[in-house]
Amino acid sequence: MTTRHDALAARPVIGLPLPRRRPTVIAMAGIVALVVALLAGVGVGSVAVAPGDTLGILAHRLLGLDVARTWSPTAETIVWDLRLPRVLEAMVVGLGLAVAGTTFQGLLRNPLADPYVLGTASGAALGAAIAVLIPIRFVILEFGLLQGLAFVGALGSITVVYRLARVGGSAPMTSLLLTGYAFGSLLAAGLAMAMYLSGTALRQIFAYLLGSFESASWGRLGGLVPIVAVASVLVLARARSLNGLLLGEDAAAHLGVDVRRERAILLALASLITAACVAVSGLIGFVGLVVPHVVRLMVGPNARLVLPLSALGGAGLMALADVLARSLGEVPVGVVTAAIGAPFFLFLLRRTQRGYEL
Amino acid sequence: MTERDVILDLAGVSGGYGRHDVIHEVDLRVRAGERLAIVGPNGAGKSTLLRLVTGLLAPTAGEIHVGGQPLRGLSREAIARRIAVVPQLASLPFSARVEEVVALGRLPHEDPLRGPRPVDRAIVADAIDRVGLGRLIGRDARELSLGERQLVLLAVAVAQAAPIVILDEPTVHLDIRHQVEVMDLLADLNVREGRTVIAVLHDLHLAVRTLPRIVVLDAGRLVADGPPAEALDADRIRDVFGVDPAVMPDGPWSRPTRRSSSRPSAGSTEPTGSTETAPTAPAGTAR
Repeated sequence: MTTRHDALAARPVIGLPLPRRRPTVIAMAGIVALVVALLAGVGVGSVAVAPGDTLGILAHRLLGLDVARTWSPTAETIVWDLRLPRVLEAMVVGLGLAVAGTTFQGLLRNPLADPYVLGTASGAALGAAIAVLIPIRFVILEFGLLQGLAFVGALGSITVVYRLARVGGSAPMTSLLLTGYAFGSLLAAGLAMAMYLSGTALRQIFAYLLGSFESASWGRLGGLVPIVAVASVLVLARARSLNGLLLGEDAAAHLGVDVRRERAILLALASLITAACVAVSGLIGFVGLVVPHVVRLMVGPNARLVLPLSALGGAGLMALADVLARSLGEVPVGVVTAAIGAPFFLFLLRRTQRGYEL
Repeated sequence: MTERDVILDLAGVSGGYGRHDVIHEVDLRVRAGERLAIVGPNGAGKSTLLRLVTGLLAPTAGEIHVGGQPLRGLSREAIARRIAVVPQLASLPFSARVEEVVALGRLPHEDPLRGPRPVDRAIVADAIDRVGLGRLIGRDARELSLGERQLVLLAVAVAQAAPIVILDEPTVHLDIRHQVEVMDLLADLNVREGRTVIAVLHDLHLAVRTLPRIVVLDAGRLVADGPPAEALDADRIRDVFGVDPAVMPDGPWSRPTRRSSSRPSAGSTEPTGSTETAPTAPAGTAR
């Protein structure tokens, strides 16, 4: 065939190849960052625990090693019952938000989509605020009314936004963004009303909106981890469908993807992950937007690679953001991620203005 | 033609959007290894017919069989292994290398959990080579010219390796040389590999010169079906397209057509021809 195409072959190649890094190298770097974040997370805090003691406690409790006890029971409580669940919760939430962000972006074919942009998190926030106001309390596995309503809010809002934005079977990006913005504003109005009516519970709602891992516990992890883990694995198993959507919904259908079904399943899974994450930690933004982006820049758009590497990156980034939040004197972690994420978001916006068709 | 040969069989097919049928009682039988063009003015229902044939749209009446099996009983994946569709140009939401896009053609053959096998990568490399995109490996598909992107999409369908290849305006962004090359490639897929090729074309001249069977669609009905000289004689062009073709000595019917809307792609050369009575109109609006 080569001779037939000399017209093409003779033309000079303009531009440089897209850079790509080896996925295994990135995975290794991610794992190292995760370990560093874990050690920093359990080692840093308002109460000083010697690094040797911290490692000793971990070795003792995790690996069952017979380490000479040089630490006080208080230190053990701080490291094992307060800091470790907190670091792990930050990691699981970071992982979940990054996986959900990758899924939303792929599903909506929109590089700027994340749970915030489409109102999912706002729905969860409204649900949580209503839960704070309703004087009914029940707890199942440390998941109560707040978690339940946050989940319903997240799932409900994304469904409404997507249905409203649909035009002839597919949702154009502008339409989705505008619908998400409009519906998000409606939810924000509801949230404002709830806050206005909340009286003394206002502080509780406000703390939820800023996001924090302060109330992390092993019990909560027991509820969060199975949901995020199972849903993330199910999303990863559908990486093929996300890949198919790269060329659009019709093209995905022609490539064998049952678009309607896959969209419903992936939307439900990503909303489930988002709801579980925001229910335990409050609203923490930008991780779900930024991490998949950076990963895509490094390894390309293949969801089979982007999903696991984003999971790794999200976990590490969130754990480090929480360490930073704590070392700044319990700044809400949502403030830290926004302070890092917002400038990056602006940077991405400027980059996409380069003149792509979107 | 015997039943065994028929790879695509439409019997009394009607269909459309909402309450109004766009396609009315179309009968069309395509034998394995045929190469045909579907032509017709804008709004004739060409794209709707393609959506019916590929199962994106359910017919309101009639039956469609692919390889002897009823289309409605096939999963999307099963359809994708039988019919490859070269879509009209789509935008990419993320930057992607040419070979990463072409690899999408292997999705219907991929195990959902394990992903592509080495043989899939070999097929992708071969598809890139056949379409002549070798020099663009590694490049961002979003930064290519329209014509080059069209070729990338063609490579996706080649990689898909389905017995039926359907193309919706495959040459619309290509200059005349690349148009000829694409039609050559289609002939090659057809002759060497026995793939059935169905192309929706606006360019009547190209259709008549390169494809042995022409199906003419007008207002949702199949009004002609046969060899070019028969299906597209001067009377029919006058009836269907509303223009008067001048008969040229070397052609079966007309003076060359001229595309009026294609955006200039790099190095594009417009086909020479008339400007006033062009029987073609802006492409891609038939939907």
